[in-house]
Amino acid sequence: MYFPRFKPLFLLALLVLVFLSGVIIERNNWLAQFLFYSEDIIYLTGQHIELVVISGGLAILIGVPLGIILSRPSVRYLAESAMQVLNIGTTIPTLAILALSMSFLGIGMVPAVFGLTIASLLPIVRNSYTGLLEVPAHLKEAAAGIGMTPLQMLLRVEIPNALYVMFAGIRTALAINVGTVPLAFLIGGGGLGELIFTGIDLNRPIMMLAGAIPTALLAILVDMLVAICAWLIVPKGVNPLRN
Amino acid sequence: MITIDNLTKIFETENGPVTAADHISMEVPEGEICVLLGPSGCGKTTTLKMVNRIVPPTSGRVLINGEDTTGLNTVDLRRQIGYVIQQIGLFPNMTIEENISVVPRLLGWDKARYKARATELLDMVALDPSIFLKRYPRELSGGQQQRVGVIRALAADPPVMLMDEPFGAIDPINREIIQDEFLKMQKELRKTIMFVSHDIDEAVKMANRIAIFRTGKLVQYDTPDNLLAHPIDDFVESFVGDDRALKRLRLVRVGQVIEQSAPSVRMGDSLEHAFRLMEQHGYTQAIVLVNEQQQPIGYVSRAVAQTTQGFCGEHYFGLKATAHIEDDLRKVASLMFNHDTTWLPCTDSTGRFVGQVTQRGVTHYLGATYHAQSDTAALKHVAAQAE
Ligand SMILES: Nc1ncnc2c1ncn2[C@@H]1O[C@H](COP(=O)(O)OP(=O)(O)O)[C@@H](O)[C@H]1O
Ligand SMILES: [Mg+2]
Repeated sequence: MYFPRFKPLFLLALLVLVFLSGVIIERNNWLAQFLFYSEDIIYLTGQHIELVVISGGLAILIGVPLGIILSRPSVRYLAESAMQVLNIGTTIPTLAILALSMSFLGIGMVPAVFGLTIASLLPIVRNSYTGLLEVPAHLKEAAAGIGMTPLQMLLRVEIPNALYVMFAGIRTALAINVGTVPLAFLIGGGGLGELIFTGIDLNRPIMMLAGAIPTALLAILVDMLVAICAWLIVPKGVNPLRN
Repeated sequence: MITIDNLTKIFETENGPVTAADHISMEVPEGEICVLLGPSGCGKTTTLKMVNRIVPPTSGRVLINGEDTTGLNTVDLRRQIGYVIQQIGLFPNMTIEENISVVPRLLGWDKARYKARATELLDMVALDPSIFLKRYPRELSGGQQQRVGVIRALAADPPVMLMDEPFGAIDPINREIIQDEFLKMQKELRKTIMFVSHDIDEAVKMANRIAIFRTGKLVQYDTPDNLLAHPIDDFVESFVGDDRALKRLRLVRVGQVIEQSAPSVRMGDSLEHAFRLMEQHGYTQAIVLVNEQQQPIGYVSRAVAQTTQGFCGEHYFGLKATAHIEDDLRKVASLMFNHDTTWLPCTDSTGRFVGQVTQRGVTHYLGATYHAQSDTAALKHVAAQAE
């Protein structure tokens, strides 16, 4: 399972740290100030999660099949150029992507989702594609020689053996995604970015933290979720996490 | 039966066309193992892969049991042909059970049947099903993986098998063991097998027939014994090695060269009787002494029998070695060298004395095929002159 392992000494240090922070927070009455935003936090976290789920889900739903299609021998001549295009796509900063999508989709949730999807698409496509290409040729030959149809070969041999690499792509993509979602606020997409950016603008550190801390927790949570999915879904025989 | 008819494969490469197989014609009779043998790059694998159409032929046909496979659906065709690739190719994402069950499941067997089959096959290669069914390939040694590779190909009981250097990736000791296991299975299963190897010793051991390839051409297609006795040209001769006469030894069993109804003496026989028997049979050295169960326990030497009075039981020597009727002559020769003797008593499976094998008998047997050949060659020569 994906559990961070703590050494006892480290645990002790952590406890002391938490205790001291608690004291400082109490002295300055920060907790009360923080809790002042609790309603906003809950509402905006919901919006935030919605953005992650929709754009991340779309990126997976588009990226995985696209990677699979590009890895088929019949379109392989296209694949490298397609990868080049996607590669150029990643060199564009995500903020610029959001700005671009706003320029032709206006403001709101739709351009935010669109921009986020585009920004997290590449790692998924690339890892799906290379993961499938890296399945050893002799496994494919064995599968073909045994009498599997191309589809059976894809489902029973190629994808299971590429899954670990594919999941690595999804993990990277969602990390990018969660990290970019706060920017969605800038084009009217909502989310915890609202607290962060407003907090910065108004010079209210607690407000900013009210956005930043849940954002960070969400990022860790999403990463753990993906890791757990990989642990469960990647077949045991090819899963380095399950030795 | 596999029939290969004028099969040619030309690969188009950047450096121009490469003829990997050049008008190959041959036939593998039902139930036999045919070994495709030759140096690296001579077209063995290409020829093999044209049988299940992993490599589509440039021209020519492959017939299986008389049926032309050219127009057949490749997926259906391949499910009828067991295929063992050189790299073993077990699917790492599947358990051993799932690997073995792949073809039966493609063929739509029900669960109980393919599970029972996987268990049966593991038993057959001496891998404990209770341990191995649920393991993954990476948890197996090379030899164990190779065994699983072979039984996976056997799972749906295909009449025809293609094996590309199936025992290549394995140490020599384990290779011998797996080869022996496989031959034992083949004795019962009687599959029609095309088997690629680059090792003459493996070929001689496994093959009913050997096809020698050189740069895409089939040079000689013959039984191992004929191939070793009569290599068709210098290439084959050098490929089979200059110890080819020794290699033939392993092809011949003691039973084939044994001197049947060889006499023996018992404890109670007189030395005089023993000497008379040796005289009659022209034995210059000794005669075998057997016990009540007809098992050889010693020998009486001719010198002793000639010069001494008394009973065999009082004047015999212990046996240094015996040969078994199923042993091959290589073992016999080795025993003879080890024990500095020119003859060995032979026993059957019950341990009883059935005759003896002598150095002269071995030489004579091996020489006979050479003589037969030179006789027919001489006859042909005469016939040619007469025309
Ligand atoms: N896919 C291919 N493309 C081009 N040339 C090939 C291909 N496969 C085999 N060859 C060439 O065909 C010849 C025979 O190869 P192969 O049948 O693999 O030999 P062997 O199995 O006897 O070692 C070699 O010269 C090899 O380079
Ligand atoms: Mg080869």
